[in-house]
Amino acid sequence: MRKLDYTTIFFAVMGSFLVLFIFIPILNLMLSSNPSSIIANLQDSEVIKSIFVSVYSALIATIIALLFGVPLAYILARHDFAGKGLVESIIDVPIVIPHTVSGIALLLVFTSGGVLGLPFSKVGIIFTDAIPGVVIAMLFVSSSFVVNSAREGFESIDPRMEKVARTLGSGTLRTFFVITIPLALRSIAVGSIMCWARAISEFGAIIIIAYYPLAAPTLIYQRFVNFGLSDSTPVAVILISLCLVLFIAVRVIIRGWRTYDKD
Amino acid sequence: MIKIKNLSNDWKSFKINDINLQVEAGEYFVILGPSGSGKTMLLELIAGMWSPDSGKICIDDHDVTMFPPEKRGVGFVYQNYMLFPHKTVFENIAFGLKVRKVANDEIKTRVNEMMELLGISHLADRFPRTLSGGEQQRTALARALIIYPKVLLMDEPLSALDRKTRDELMQELKEIHRKFDITIIHVTHNFDEALMLADRIAIMKNGEISQVGTSTEIFRHPADKFVADFVGVENIIEGTAEKDGEKVTVIDTGNISIYSTEQKKGHVHVTVRPEDIILSTKKVETSARNVFKGQIKEIIDNGALIKLTVDVGDPLVVFLTRQSFLDMELNIGKSVWTYFKATAVHVF
Repeated sequence: MRKLDYTTIFFAVMGSFLVLFIFIPILNLMLSSNPSSIIANLQDSEVIKSIFVSVYSALIATIIALLFGVPLAYILARHDFAGKGLVESIIDVPIVIPHTVSGIALLLVFTSGGVLGLPFSKVGIIFTDAIPGVVIAMLFVSSSFVVNSAREGFESIDPRMEKVARTLGSGTLRTFFVITIPLALRSIAVGSIMCWARAISEFGAIIIIAYYPLAAPTLIYQRFVNFGLSDSTPVAVILISLCLVLFIAVRVIIRGWRTYDKD
Repeated sequence: MIKIKNLSNDWKSFKINDINLQVEAGEYFVILGPSGSGKTMLLELIAGMWSPDSGKICIDDHDVTMFPPEKRGVGFVYQNYMLFPHKTVFENIAFGLKVRKVANDEIKTRVNEMMELLGISHLADRFPRTLSGGEQQRTALARALIIYPKVLLMDEPLSALDRKTRDELMQELKEIHRKFDITIIHVTHNFDEALMLADRIAIMKNGEISQVGTSTEIFRHPADKFVADFVGVENIIEGTAEKDGEKVTVIDTGNISIYSTEQKKGHVHVTVRPEDIILSTKKVETSARNVFKGQIKEIIDNGALIKLTVDVGDPLVVFLTRQSFLDMELNIGKSVWTYFKATAVHVF
């Protein structure tokens, strides 16, 4: 066995602090509530409904992010243009601003009298205290995962491969769907799942724009405030389990997906 | 036939400048130049992967300057193959036919024929990452050829391959050129490839074409010092040329006077190909106009050929076969005579 030097041992000891700092609370949470209260909560319609609101809205938000994020990612990966840096920064801004601030910004625009809320309300889509509100809050904070991951995928594909496909008679759109998308699919899938998981866990922006219908994180907060720790913990366990399953799915996809460029 | 008129394009550090070129139908045309000379961009412009800043490209008398690549009928082969990694060899080759909505049965027959022609039938179900460089390049060739392009464009197609595979593929490219009766433009930095394959060669430098001609023309009569250096001319000597009688020029290098049948005046470069120089240990009677005595300065063993540098005032590189080298019992410092004809001296 390789002999470890003191530096490596010292760095490993220092490094393990963060790992334990994150791992211990999560593990403790998972073990803290007794199974019977978890089962009882799983039968509580309010809990199930809130999880459904989170998962379902997050899925819609992810689909919207894919629909608009993938073309954007492709443009960013393939073209240089004036203002590209600005576009990139705008996409990343939601990561750095507080989520409650995002919620307020969204509320101002999407309230039924707002710049965007008004035209939508004319076709019957209301955002405040409604599912569409939850969806846009999630979309706002998590779409950058799709854009950045898809972009990375597109950048890893040699543009000359697309050029060859075109000399063989394939138009630009066909080339995109037959050559580019299949090769970037892994990155897009990873980005989507990250986006979905991030959207499920969104809280700050949601409580500002749509406290009701209760999303799972909102429900946990509400029960914590009204009834204390023991009532909120089982719901937290259920939600964290769901997020961890998604997260593990991402890791499995990253490892297991066939990579074409390596043996 | 491909006609390129006043073509210019400028993108980042890549640039080509006012290129005029005509490649005949069925010709094997090689564009030779160092890296960064704009060869690839010229090729990609012909393929339609860029729209040029100015100029015109015609294929078979049609102006295709504004056509997208899929409408040009050109095949393209890259140095690193650019096979589709998520498709098998068969699927890669079939791609162009599938796009054209050819019936499945016919795709099968034609792809199988093409694989057979290139000797890759046994690889049909393999993925590109499992193939050797030579196998990948054969697949790339098959994929380009199956649509019967009017023009096959190849960007350094042999540069990533080992010597043996490269020689094999060179033979195959010759065959393909004959069988398919296709116009080929092949870009390379390797003069051997150009010598082996080209009907005509264009030399490219800094985004401009500096000479077009057959390999002999370029080899024997490089247009300038850059071409001479690039194609590996050994003996380049500077001097001042003056007329000497009716048909002869004498070039004073400061050390020796070299006679040439080419007419030039003033400051010039002179080249003599090493294989045109005869070496002897004794003075002999010959019709050669240029006769110089010198001493052997350097002996380099290249295997079959021995490269000698003889100092005759200026250094002259001479090639000898191993046998004649041994027969003549040469060694460093030995005095020898060199002979070459005035017709073998190129002045530019």
